[in-house]
Formats: sequence, structure tokens, C-alpha cells
Amino acid sequence: MIGVLAPLPVLLPLLGAAGALLVGRHPRVQRVLSLTVLTTVLAVAVALLLLADRHGATSVAVGGWPVPLGIVLVVDRLAGLMLVVAITVALGVLVFAVGQGSADGSEATPLSIFHPTFLVLVAGVSDAFLAGDLFNLYVGFEILLMASYVLLTLGGTASRIRGGITYVIVSLTSSLIFLAAIGLIYAATGTVNMAQLAVRLQHLPAGIQLLLQSMLLVAFGIKAAVFPLSAWLPDSYPTAPAPVTAVFAGLLTKVGVYAIIRTQTLLFPGGALDGVLIWAALATMLIGILGAVAQTDLRRILSFTLVSHIGYMIFGIALGTTAGLAGAIFYVAHHIAIQTTLFLVAGLVERQGGTTSIERLGGLAASAPLLALLFFVPALNLAGIPPFSGFIGKLGLLEAGVAVGSGAAYALVAGSVVTSLLTLVVVSRVWTRAFWRPPTQSPAGDTAAAAAADAMPALVGAGAPGEPDGSAAGRRSEGRRAWRRAAWRRHAQVARASDDGASDDGASDDAVAGSRARGRADRPLPGIMLGATAGMATLTVALTVLAGPLYGLAHRAAGDLLDRTPYIVSVFGHGEVP
Amino acid sequence: MTPTVLLPVLIGGLYAAGVYLLLDRSLTRVLLGVLLLGNATNLLLLSAGGGSGVAPILGPADPTSMSDPLPQALILTAIVITFGVAAFVLAMIHRSWRLVREEVVGTDEEDRRIAVRTATDADDVALPRRPRRRR
Repeated sequence: MIGVLAPLPVLLPLLGAAGALLVGRHPRVQRVLSLTVLTTVLAVAVALLLLADRHGATSVAVGGWPVPLGIVLVVDRLAGLMLVVAITVALGVLVFAVGQGSADGSEATPLSIFHPTFLVLVAGVSDAFLAGDLFNLYVGFEILLMASYVLLTLGGTASRIRGGITYVIVSLTSSLIFLAAIGLIYAATGTVNMAQLAVRLQHLPAGIQLLLQSMLLVAFGIKAAVFPLSAWLPDSYPTAPAPVTAVFAGLLTKVGVYAIIRTQTLLFPGGALDGVLIWAALATMLIGILGAVAQTDLRRILSFTLVSHIGYMIFGIALGTTAGLAGAIFYVAHHIAIQTTLFLVAGLVERQGGTTSIERLGGLAASAPLLALLFFVPALNLAGIPPFSGFIGKLGLLEAGVAVGSGAAYALVAGSVVTSLLTLVVVSRVWTRAFWRPPTQSPAGDTAAAAAADAMPALVGAGAPGEPDGSAAGRRSEGRRAWRRAAWRRHAQVARASDDGASDDGASDDAVAGSRARGRADRPLPGIMLGATAGMATLTVALTVLAGPLYGLAHRAAGDLLDRTPYIVSVFGHGEVP
Repeated sequence: MTPTVLLPVLIGGLYAAGVYLLLDRSLTRVLLGVLLLGNATNLLLLSAGGGSGVAPILGPADPTSMSDPLPQALILTAIVITFGVAAFVLAMIHRSWRLVREEVVGTDEEDRRIAVRTATDADDVALPRRPRRRR
């Protein structure tokens, strides 16, 4: 049964992507096709998880090649759980994107490209989760990265190209390190099959093991955005369209975390680098959240909290105990859902308020109560307020940390509590500024119109948006602001002169967004987008309700991981590993 | 198998040149750096397969004298992937050139704005991001 189902999460989205490309001229058909494909994949993933939970890890030799030679897909509890959460989130985001597409037409996001690329991304993510050999994992990473390059630079505006270039170069570097590590591992052991590696790597000299392990950890650490390899993330994520940022934030870094879990448990179980990981986790949490405190743009705040909360997962992995790993796995599932939801909410906030800058937003709780609720619940969940799943995940990690009891573990426990508090500070600041205060108190007055006027002073002509009350701070920054506005105009003129005035010209990116926002602000939010976001928010609450069974599953998965034999036996049977 | 000096030296040289170019701000150099690094990694994979041998085709050759076919398969895959990514980066460089008449890694203006913020700026109005960036 698993033999038939296991390749489908990779195969179906790829075939769906081909189909979606073919019917690119018929948006309606395309939407139905990609939604159908993802729903089917979700059903397959749930079936795989249930089967893997009942029968333990199972492997499938694709194409019938004998095991160490051919490509192997392995479905164990961890892979099944990751798959279900990832596909669920992808489906939610796709529905959101469909809603956005039918509300906007396809001006900024050419949807005929979006759907096939999105499906390829899902195929890559599934492949990475199911891969039973290192090279297939590399291929899975490359599939999802190629798709993510396209999605991140969708529309090719100036800001997206700028963010995309950083992202592409950093991802490329990480892929090359990964590939070089694969080459060295093959040279040292003569195989890339992970089950075989689990046995053979043990016989290598300790120094070589350490080298190979650290190369893999650096490669995956870049993808997972672990400090000090995390600086690229807040730089490149916020520029992309809302659904793209949402799915990236949810899935891509977690694929890196998944790969780190596999490296640390299956390939190098000795825990040789756990000490390094502990300090990396602590630094990731604290520096990430301090970055979020400094930001004033909602999407950037969320990007920094994303980096920060990756630290919790690394925390669980670094402890190296069953409880720690179970906490990390639960936290991954929780965080995929929560971060995606928050980024979708940020997309809705931008629609409603015309901007994502919390300095400029105001009064959203009054003008869009449902949206406020959709932000409020996941935000409390992110900060770890009881009884939400964020609290349960953090509590599990804290208990695991205290159980280990070393000085470094206590430092991590303290650091994660501080991070949790600072997260609460950050989300409550967003709440009071963007949602709670009356719009008259926001410095730019009426938000949407001010945003539009701000965004294109040269085009509107008036140039000066409603000046804030003559406060001291306002007067002091007045000169700088005037200078900036003049610079803006100069640039805008150069822009018009040097470009051939294509409508998708990146220079007018902000201006177009502003004018669209102005036209849109008084319209209600589209039902499908609200519905998709509400669905995702419900999912995060459901994670709380289902936390008991889910935590049990995470615990069993962690037990499997530390035991390692289920994985190896699933590939080679009970006989000798060749 | 006799160890060869040529291959490690070549790989090391390519890695060094690749990293040097990757650290440049000009995107074309970065692309060249990525290509060099990709080739260095491919050579590394090749050398991971051990010494040279007869083409690994069953029939004409004796299996013990064959070279290891797996790294070659891996290299082929890696070459295809590098090719695809290089094409995409080229497209981005072209796009960047058309948009802003420059092909360098851009500065993140929002970062700069946050960096110069002071406590008194806390309630300052966020300014529009400048559309074009020049060094």
C-alpha cells in the first residue's frame, strides 16, 4: 500500500504542474486543477502518516532497482507528519492565492506562472521529506529552490529582484556546500544511501566524521536560517507577494530543520556538535527577536520572529533526548501553521490598510474586526500564551531542557523564556499600533490615503502627506524627510527617462501598490482570502485541541529517530547492511 | 590506484577563484564565481569515484577495471541543475540591468532606515522606499 502511495506526493504535483502549464490560458481550469491535485496529495499524505504510524517506517525502491543502487523513498513517522502539515499549509496558501487572483486579476502576480511553480515547490518539499538518500535530498532541495527563485521574483519588480538576488546567491552557496559534502561522504564511504551511511559513517575516524557533519550542518543551517547563517532571510522574504512569503516562511526553513534532524539523529548520532548547536540555538532566538523589536514593518517583524523561533527547534535537536526531539518536532508542526497564518494576515492587513508599516497603520480593529481577530489569536499563539499550541510546544522544550540539567541547557531555557516574552512585546506592539489605536492617532492620519500619497508624491503632485502634529520629533526629522522626498523625485524622473515605460516597471512598484491600495481600501476584504486565512487560523487552534495525540505522535517519531534501527531495517530488512 | 596531484590542485584553485569572485558586489562576477564553484564541486565528485577506468558498460569490459559510474551520474545531475540556476541568475542580472541600469547586489534601504532610527524617531512616519538605488 505504501509502495503505491509513497511516490505520489512527488509525482502528482509534478504532473499537476505540467498540466497547469498546458492549461495556462484558462485560469479557471488551472485553479481547479491545482486545487484538485493538492487536495489529492493531502489525502495521500494523511494515508501515509496513518500507515507509517501503524506499521512503522517503510521504504520504497523507486523503479524496482535493488536497494543500495536505486533511489529509495522512506516514509517514517517524522516524514509522514512533516508531509501532512506541509501539504495542508500549502493548500491553505493556494486557496488564499486563488482568492487574491480572482480579486485582483493578475497584475502583480502572473498567476499562469504561479500555479505550476507552486506545485513544483510542493513536489520539491515532498521529495526532500521522503528522500532516502542524500543525493535525492539534494535534488529535492534543488527542485524546491528553483521553484522558490521563480516565486520570489514573480513579476520581476525592482525590489523583488533585489531581494531575490540575495536569496538566490545564498541558496546557491548552501547547495554547493551540500553537494561538496555529498562528494566527500561518497569518497569516504562509497554510498549516498542514508540507511547505509548510518552504519558506515560510524567506522570513519572521528575527525573526518566531524568534518562531514559540520559541512552538512552549515549547508542545512543556511537553509534553516540558523544564526549566524540567517541574515539573508529578513532581507529577501518581505518583498515577495503575500502568499509566496507565507508559504516560504512556513515550509522552506522547516525543510532545513528537517534535514538537520536527520543529520543529527540518523547520520551522526554521537551528538558531537550538540554543544555548538546549543549556542547557535540561543543566539538564533535572542538575536532574531531583538531584530524583530527594532523593525517597524509588519512583514519584517514576522520574518525576524521566524528566524528567532527556528532557535526553539534547534534547541530541541541540540538536547539530543527523546523529549527534546519530540518538542522540536511538535514545534515544527506548530510553527509551520502559525507563521504561515501570520504572513497571510499580513497580506490582508496590507490590502486593508494599504501598507504593512505599523507606524502608519491604525484602527484596524474597528475597521476590520474579523481581521483583528485573525491576527490576535495566532499572535498570542506565537508568543506562547496558554492554552495555545505555542505554549504546549515551548513547555515541552523547557521541560526537556530542565531534564537535561546541564549549564548550557539552563541557559537555553532562560533564553527561550526571554525570547517568548520579547515575542509578546513585539506582537502586542503590532496590536496596539496597527489594530487598537484609533486611526487619528497614527502619525499619517487616514492610513490608506496617506499611504498612497506618501508612496507617490511626484505623481500625485501635492507631495506633502498630512504632516504629523508639530511634535518635536516630527520637526527634527522634517529636514531629512524633505531631503528624502526630493531624492525620491529625482530618482523617479531618472526612472521614467531611462526605462521604456513598461507597465510592470519596478520603479513604480510602490506607487502602483499605493494607488491600488487607495482604490481598494474602502472595499471589503475578498471572502476567499479571508476564508483561507480563517481556515489556517482554525488549523492553529485545532493544533491546540489535538495537541495530545500530536504530541504522542511526535514522541513516537522522536523515539524512532533516536533508536535509528526502524529506519535502517525499513530499507535493508533485518539482515546485514551491505 | 596512484594518487594524483593535478586533481586536488585544480579543485582547490577553482574553489579559491570561485569564492573570491562570489564575494564581489558585481553580479556577473558572482555568476562566474558560482560557475567556478560548481565546476570545482563536480571535479570533487569525480575524484570521489576513485581512479580512472574503462567505460562502465557491461559487456565489453571487465567489471573490475571499470570506473565508478555513480559519481558520473551525480555529476550529470549537478551539471543540469547548475545550468538551470545559471540561466536564471543571468535572467535576473538582465532584469536588474533593465530596471536600474546596474548589476550589483542591491542595498536594503529598509535596513538602513532602521539602523539610523533613534529613540525619538519611534513614532516617526515611515518614509517611502526610494525606487532606485545607486552606489
